[in-house]
Amino acid sequence: MDLNYGQEYEDFRRELREFIKKNAHLAPPPGMGIYHPGPKEQAWQKLLIDHGYTCRTIPKKYGGYGGEADLLKTVICQEEFASANVNAGLSNQGIGMLVPTLMENGNEAQREKYIRPTIHGEIYWCQGYSEPGAGSDLASLRTHARVEDEHFIINGQKIWTSGAHFADMCFILVRTEPDKPKHEGISYIIMDMKTPGIEVRPLVTMTGAAEFNETFLTDVRVPVENVVGGRGLGWKVANTTLKHERGMLGDPAQMMSRVESILKIMQSETLDGKRLIEHPMYRDRLVAAQAKTEALKFHSLRLLTSSLNDQDPGVSRLVVKYYGTLLARELSDIALEALGELGTLYDGSPHIRSHGSWQWRNMFDLGLIIGGGTSQIQKNIISERGLGMPREPKPAESK
Amino acid sequence: MEFGLSQDQMLLQDSVRRFTENKLPLDKVREYAAAKTGFNEGVWKGLVELAATGVLVPEQYGGAGFKMLDAIIIQEALGRTVAPAPFTAGAIMAPAALLSGGTEAQKHEWLPQIASGETKFGVGVTEVISLREGKGVSLSNGKINGNAMFVIDGGPADIFLIAAGRDNMAIVPRNAPGVTVTPLTTIDKTRAICEVGLDGVSADLLGGTDKAGGAIKQAIMAGRIALAADTLGAAEVMIYKAVEYAKQRKQFERVIGSFQAVKHMCAEMIAELDPMRSLIWYAAHAFDEAPDEAMLNTLLAKSGIAEAGKFIARTATEVHGGMGFTDLMGLHYWYKRVTVNRTLLGAPEILRNEAAIAQGWIAA
Repeated sequence: MDLNYGQEYEDFRRELREFIKKNAHLAPPPGMGIYHPGPKEQAWQKLLIDHGYTCRTIPKKYGGYGGEADLLKTVICQEEFASANVNAGLSNQGIGMLVPTLMENGNEAQREKYIRPTIHGEIYWCQGYSEPGAGSDLASLRTHARVEDEHFIINGQKIWTSGAHFADMCFILVRTEPDKPKHEGISYIIMDMKTPGIEVRPLVTMTGAAEFNETFLTDVRVPVENVVGGRGLGWKVANTTLKHERGMLGDPAQMMSRVESILKIMQSETLDGKRLIEHPMYRDRLVAAQAKTEALKFHSLRLLTSSLNDQDPGVSRLVVKYYGTLLARELSDIALEALGELGTLYDGSPHIRSHGSWQWRNMFDLGLIIGGGTSQIQKNIISERGLGMPREPKPAESK
Repeated sequence: MEFGLSQDQMLLQDSVRRFTENKLPLDKVREYAAAKTGFNEGVWKGLVELAATGVLVPEQYGGAGFKMLDAIIIQEALGRTVAPAPFTAGAIMAPAALLSGGTEAQKHEWLPQIASGETKFGVGVTEVISLREGKGVSLSNGKINGNAMFVIDGGPADIFLIAAGRDNMAIVPRNAPGVTVTPLTTIDKTRAICEVGLDGVSADLLGGTDKAGGAIKQAIMAGRIALAADTLGAAEVMIYKAVEYAKQRKQFERVIGSFQAVKHMCAEMIAELDPMRSLIWYAAHAFDEAPDEAMLNTLLAKSGIAEAGKFIARTATEVHGGMGFTDLMGLHYWYKRVTVNRTLLGAPEILRNEAAIAQGWIAA
């Protein structure tokens, strides 16, 4: 057990802290990334890339910093921006999913064309994966394309396309080889959202906001050169980055800041004239969730160690999405329930607390338990891949 | 940066697990539990030979001079095999108390005997954590009076370390005049808990009069980390027993482990357990290397694993169906170990309250 990062890294951390202190006034507020970056976001992003504080390992020729892969520096960046509560640079599906996919599976022309504007916030991407009939069983997707004069002609419907109403581009999974088995008939295609035939309708969720969209595709013409990794290889290509998405949702720094926020509520709000924190029934729940939060924090250090040593942590990694999303929801439950009736106020009501953001988070947390592989799918993965338990047999073909 | 066990620690883990698994198959667990002594000569001797009893004793006193993280690797192996060995009190709490608050003479007298395994300690600190009956244990005019309840590993102990109030810890030989020992039979027969009655007992005080406040806290913290590791070991074994059973038991012409209803229970168990392992490792690490963080992380780790352990003990039993409920399967030895660990040295509710105080959220 050695929790020192070493001199080189502590130097890096110190420089980063000085950088943040000196430049934080230039940073846009930290956000969820569901908006098109404007000039302020783009300027901040450029400053961070120039210093190697984001997009560290993207080669210079694609507009990145061109640093060597160094997980600890990436982690230090996350830690320092989070603890200073300063915007850590753009975080969206283009940067998180499309760019790593192109780095791994794209051709040179695609990398040159798309990576630089994506990481600099000039191109915003949406993800065209899920369909009304293809959620957990994504590979059964039915949006399809035929080929005519060097173009895919795409028809079908996608759902959960967050940001589609302002996105410039979409990376989309389309069935291009209808005669092949379901996993082998899919292609990963880059599509310009200005192409005729794309209709985006907002999808209002239980929160009352339209965080997502439905996207309808009617005879959308996309050049065949826009396929990534080759026709029929889309499932494999998409999975290289889906793995990435599933690992993302157990962010301990975010949980720790939630514990702090709930503590502040419990220290300032009262019930029957007594601060909430003085009531054991609420205090006990907060400490119980704090234990899980601390566990997740040290668990992520354990996983980081595995990555640094090129070891597969097995089941230890597989539990993170499940554990993290449930914990996030548990925390927002505690905040709301400690507030009692006040916790139910919404839409700018009198007496509302934190602009209703805990209610919004609590509902959105439920969305995160479902999205990116539901808890039930996670439990299949944990038990099958992590514990070596057998798969559920397929039902016999019905006649 | 290396969060986890070192090569040496993995070797230690291997050798202790090999020994305990070899020494404690189910029929032996059953036999030793029936004896209700919380002790077996062969198991104890083996631990002495592995230098486990002296894991926390510095080399100058004849021990291995290792750290808490090494000690809980051993404790976890004992939990995995529900071993009848007075290790928690004898090899973890007692040395922690002596090293923290003992005089040089006391360390010189007792630490070598701990390392060699010739003297076994029981530790009674329940009264300073959660007093249920009576007035606890007190010191007046140099004499110790009262009843120490739930003395850990007290059954086979030769010497008791008994907290007399918050600032004194008495070193009491079992055969001292005025001492009565009453076994308290819990559901867990693999360890022997007892009550020690003290009627005007003259005893050596750890560090001298009113000097043991820090040592008592240190012993409790060490014991809580140990019990957390013990539950970690026992609960993890319950999960893997459930998984193995579900892979071979057939119903409806399928192994039951292929039913999502069953395998999701297994997934939930490992998901609750595995992150707690990381927290327990950190609490043990902090005990030696980050004292400012040790108290809070110990409270969170022990309460956290207690909740996970409770869920796992129940769920793993359910996965075994009717067999899980039988003595034939023997799963109940692990269930009972986990259940008793949950309350010893503070049930989760008590610990979470202490954690709120430790962080200054509420007044003490």
